[in-house]
Amino acid sequence: MTSTACFMIVSRNDIPIYEAEVGAAPKKEEAVHQHQFILHAALDIVQDIAWTTSAMFLKSIDRFNDLVVSVYVTAAIHTRLMLLHDSRNDDGIKSFFQEVHELYIKSLLNPLYLPGSRIKSSHFDTKVRALARKYL
Amino acid sequence: MAPPPRSGDAIFANVDRVNAELFTLTYGAIVRQLLTDLEEVDEVNKQLDQMGYNIGIRLIDEFLAKSNISTCVDFKETAEVIAKVGFKMFLGVTASVSNWDPEGTTCSIILEDNPLVDFVELPDTCQGLYYCNILSGVVRGALEMVSMKTEITWVRDMLRGDDAFELRLKLLKQVPEEYPYKDDE
Repeated sequence: MTSTACFMIVSRNDIPIYEAEVGAAPKKEEAVHQHQFILHAALDIVQDIAWTTSAMFLKSIDRFNDLVVSVYVTAAIHTRLMLLHDSRNDDGIKSFFQEVHELYIKSLLNPLYLPGSRIKSSHFDTKVRALARKYL
Repeated sequence: MAPPPRSGDAIFANVDRVNAELFTLTYGAIVRQLLTDLEEVDEVNKQLDQMGYNIGIRLIDEFLAKSNISTCVDFKETAEVIAKVGFKMFLGVTASVSNWDPEGTTCSIILEDNPLVDFVELPDTCQGLYYCNILSGVVRGALEMVSMKTEITWVRDMLRGDDAFELRLKLLKQVPEEYPYKDDE
């Protein structure tokens, strides 16, 4: 398990619809804000790269000190799964993204969930954290 | 001589079917739209029940025509037929009947599996919603067409964390058939 990792799902309109600090390191208020800031800054780079490749998984597109940003861009409505991490475990991160993508699709299929709105489901949250423990 | 009654499985094997996801998502879209239009969860429950009722009063004819079931002798047999043949025929799932009261007028139909609720998770804003209320309406409507006034409530709901779906059927009264004309007219 990595010491620091911040996972975020950003909707098509650049609004974060899900956030989770999934690292093992103790949580610090200002670190959370910093992570949001770094991920937000990386959005522009994602936009540039996403159209140059057909791959969904874009690894290490941006870095900040020892923190690296990896992104998984979903095909359908351009939702971005973003992960800020300090490990170099690319395979694990890729698997993590793929499984979270599957979870995300399931929650999209829920007729009571409005696409683009915040994901509040505690079931989803539990699953994502479990996946983070498994792969990161 | 009337043809023998057919089992739910046999009928289910012979009817046209649609993809389960299409069905589930279509029903989901209806509920979603009702929630948007009516805003109140209670109103949505009522509306779903009414829609189910309107389906039920028509569906009973199809049910009787396809299943060749003859008159049930009592409410117990009726409940069994609904669970074993009705649910199997239209939803493709088998339900079981239990929890009879001593008078034989109240029972539970238990669904272990329900294709309507795949993918669904109730958000906090819809906690009072009976997502499958359409089913209770269907059963109520169908029974009313065969002269049984019933009251149907949900006792257990998987979406609320229970282990199964349980419909409580209560027979209010048997309505004698009325003819709209007199013999000498």
